Amino acid sequence: MFRYIVRRLLQMVLTFFGATFIVYALMFAVQDDPIQALVGERPITASQRAALTERYHLGDNFFAQYWYYMKGLLTGDFGTSMTNRKVADMLADAWPVTLRLSLMAIVIAATIAILAGVVSAIRRGSIFDNATLVVTLIVLAMPIVVIAPLAQLVFGIKLGWFPVTAGKDASLWQLLLPAGVLASLVVATELRVTRASVAENLRADYVRTARAKGLTGARVIGVHVLRNSLIPVITLIGVDLGALMSGAIVTEKVFNIPGVGFNLFRGIRTEDGPLVVGFVSVLVIVFLVVNLIVDLLYAALDPRIRYE
Amino acid sequence: MSDTKSRSLSSDAWHDLRRNKIFWIASVLVVVVLLMAAWPSLFTSADPRDCVLSRKHAGATGGAIFGYDFQGCDVYAKTVYGARYSIVVGVFATLISGVIGLGFGLAAGFFGGWLDAVLSRFIDVMLGIPLLLGAIVLAKRLSADPASNGVFAVTVTLGLLGWTTAARVMRSSVIAAKNQDYVAAARMLGAGNSRLLFRHILPNSMASFIVVLTILLGINIASEATLSFLGIGLKGDAISWGIAISDATGYVRVAAGPLIWPSLFLAATVLAFIMLGDAVRDAFDPKLR
Amino acid sequence: MTDISVGLDPRATLLHVDDLHVEFRTRDGVAKAVNGASFYLNPGETLAILGESGCGKSVTAQAVMGILDSPPGHVTGGRVLYRGVDLLQLAEKDRRQFRANRIAMIFQDALSALNPVYTVGFQLAELFRKHRGMSRAAAKVKAIELLDQVRIPAAKERINDYPHQFSGGMRQRVMIAMALALDPEVLIADEPTTALDVTVQAQIMGLLAELQHQRNMGLILITHDMGVVADVADRISVMYAGKIVEEAPVYDIYARPAHPYTKALLESIPRLDHKGRELNVIRGLPPSLTDIPQGCAFHPRCGYARDICRMDQEPPAYQIAAHRIARCHFIREVLGV
Repeated sequence: MFRYIVRRLLQMVLTFFGATFIVYALMFAVQDDPIQALVGERPITASQRAALTERYHLGDNFFAQYWYYMKGLLTGDFGTSMTNRKVADMLADAWPVTLRLSLMAIVIAATIAILAGVVSAIRRGSIFDNATLVVTLIVLAMPIVVIAPLAQLVFGIKLGWFPVTAGKDASLWQLLLPAGVLASLVVATELRVTRASVAENLRADYVRTARAKGLTGARVIGVHVLRNSLIPVITLIGVDLGALMSGAIVTEKVFNIPGVGFNLFRGIRTEDGPLVVGFVSVLVIVFLVVNLIVDLLYAALDPRIRYE
Repeated sequence: MSDTKSRSLSSDAWHDLRRNKIFWIASVLVVVVLLMAAWPSLFTSADPRDCVLSRKHAGATGGAIFGYDFQGCDVYAKTVYGARYSIVVGVFATLISGVIGLGFGLAAGFFGGWLDAVLSRFIDVMLGIPLLLGAIVLAKRLSADPASNGVFAVTVTLGLLGWTTAARVMRSSVIAAKNQDYVAAARMLGAGNSRLLFRHILPNSMASFIVVLTILLGINIASEATLSFLGIGLKGDAISWGIAISDATGYVRVAAGPLIWPSLFLAATVLAFIMLGDAVRDAFDPKLR
Repeated sequence: MTDISVGLDPRATLLHVDDLHVEFRTRDGVAKAVNGASFYLNPGETLAILGESGCGKSVTAQAVMGILDSPPGHVTGGRVLYRGVDLLQLAEKDRRQFRANRIAMIFQDALSALNPVYTVGFQLAELFRKHRGMSRAAAKVKAIELLDQVRIPAAKERINDYPHQFSGGMRQRVMIAMALALDPEVLIADEPTTALDVTVQAQIMGLLAELQHQRNMGLILITHDMGVVADVADRISVMYAGKIVEEAPVYDIYARPAHPYTKALLESIPRLDHKGRELNVIRGLPPSLTDIPQGCAFHPRCGYARDICRMDQEPPAYQIAAHRIARCHFIREVLGV
């Protein structure tokens, strides 16, 4: 276990520096005028230019620039937006609602995926299984830009079942529809992995042993099969977070939820380069940290890895 | 057992595919979308850029079967012409990813050793950046020129960021093929590296690689729409389903058509490519069923 | 908990399998895995079911336990009488009570037969908790006792280990402990030593025999290894293409096999006193279960086969002596009388 953790931590450090380096390089390297790219088409005064040059250490060589950028990230200084607000402050305002939204989405997706996935696997080839297969295929193919506005149109405006927008202090009820939209981004893959994994485990020898022990069908599936089958599903959560982050940008915009994604969207639209760089950097770090946690969780769930 | 002729994997797969309804639905959809992209005038005689503000949000008339959007453009014509940009961006981005993925995967899988270690690490690093976040940064950089319509920027962005899965699949299938007995035999008979690669390993690794690229094509089309929706994708005179959806969300209470139609076309196109990839993969890999 | 002793007749045979039929219905056709297998088992007795892989011996065991994968497996006929009660007629709820309580089973590969993500303690204690309603603490004490009984050193500590942390032999001991937990009267051992080293094999077989005598338990030993059988079995049933082709006390069968298949099996064992001679192997392959030959299923591979063997009618079970049966038209020739 200890060696596994150390190895994963070392890999994570490498990935961390690599990924942030790439993000930074994409932003500032091979650029004729990085400052103009940062602020987009808006006119810029000489003093602003000087401030940005100093802020991003554009006078120094590239690696020194990256060093300052990393120092900022690691000390919680994510820069200042073109509107003169600290990116850290904006994040502090924005993250609670985004966190609530994504947690809801994760719970909704996991519940549906595991329930339907297990039933599909047990009744392989049944009507339920085939219907699930078709539905997941359709959901899998629905880009977020299709599903978010359409869900708002159908369930919010036409049918009136859910609030159309959520706003700043959104209640759980107001967040339900956007959370469902976000969940749709990951539910199909989770369901398919659950189904495949349960189906595979149902054929395992230890299931036969469990049945030979005279256990009830519910216990054989619920205790013996599920625990083994969920290991690969848990590892999906890390990957899924990337999809959720991307999805949150569109979803929060459509449902007017002032979270991290909404701010990022506005930053892109107003060509607020510093804001975009700051937010994206933070999101990438969150993504890496969550993936590390998932990796460790994986080891905790599978004793064969824990005692490697 | 009347069928004594032993069937190869690919003819077996084709036999399975021909009886798969999903494969046929997907194929028909793909052909329709490709026709639409190549000859939009086959589907509409209207000019998607002929917009008259006085027709704003007007209902369906004559050829404009889906009505008009907030600028008074023909929604049907715009939706039909949108296919071209989606397909162009999707196909070229996928080609870029395919070439990079093929190179990385082949090199890592065939030569192994330290090269494999370095390349695999690099792939891990790339996977540390969620696609859309990377694309936001890169597309913003590449589309700095206000005069461009963004097609080049988006294509290159998606192409440069989307190759990791393709590379991984290529790498593992090359490793699998490399360990086959017949490849070892060919090596012992003195086949050189390039002969081994092109005659023995590549043909056997192509099936899963092409499946991944087909699905990637669907993902790229969805990503282009998302980037365009966010305002860092296509712009200017380019017609994109993503832009149309983004524009329509502001007026959805007044007119739902301009939102619904491009959404449906986009979803159907993405679905077609993903279904196609799925069906082919199932045919080649029966144990996944 | 339902009382499972209701209806059991203590004077009836412990286990009597009568004309059991099992088939697997797959996309590629129906595979007839068991075609009228019959055998019986008394307390304290060891019956070996012997046959090549794919002859239906494991499927028979699973059908007796009621743990066939279904679909595709279906029991299509016959009876499994336990003290006079036909288990095949019981509802699943009642049938379940027989497993582990009355009839237990150990499997070939303990590594895959044990659940990899639970400790062996959990998997043992589970039996006491679910069948006996014991508390976790009490069940754990019983689990440690069991590991002691199968002579796993430091049972108290090892109870918290996972299956992959045990050696092959120790893992098979865990399996045995698990099977014996609820004091069953019948133990079915499906190739219990095939996956083990030869020295460990002997230890495990010794342990099984010892525990069997202590408990006066009926043991069904399923194997393809005639060497293992000779030492421990009282009687042998030889299975071919889903049917018992010969049944005899162990001494008789080794001395004078009555079925050509048994004879061929015996002749294919390497023997020290035959060193240098060419080994007799059975020609041909076991039949495909989707396409079993007419008449005697063994005829395509049999040196004694004549036209009668290829007829529609399969050879009946000829009674040779008390407790001796063989399904062959030419018993006399095979026996050499």
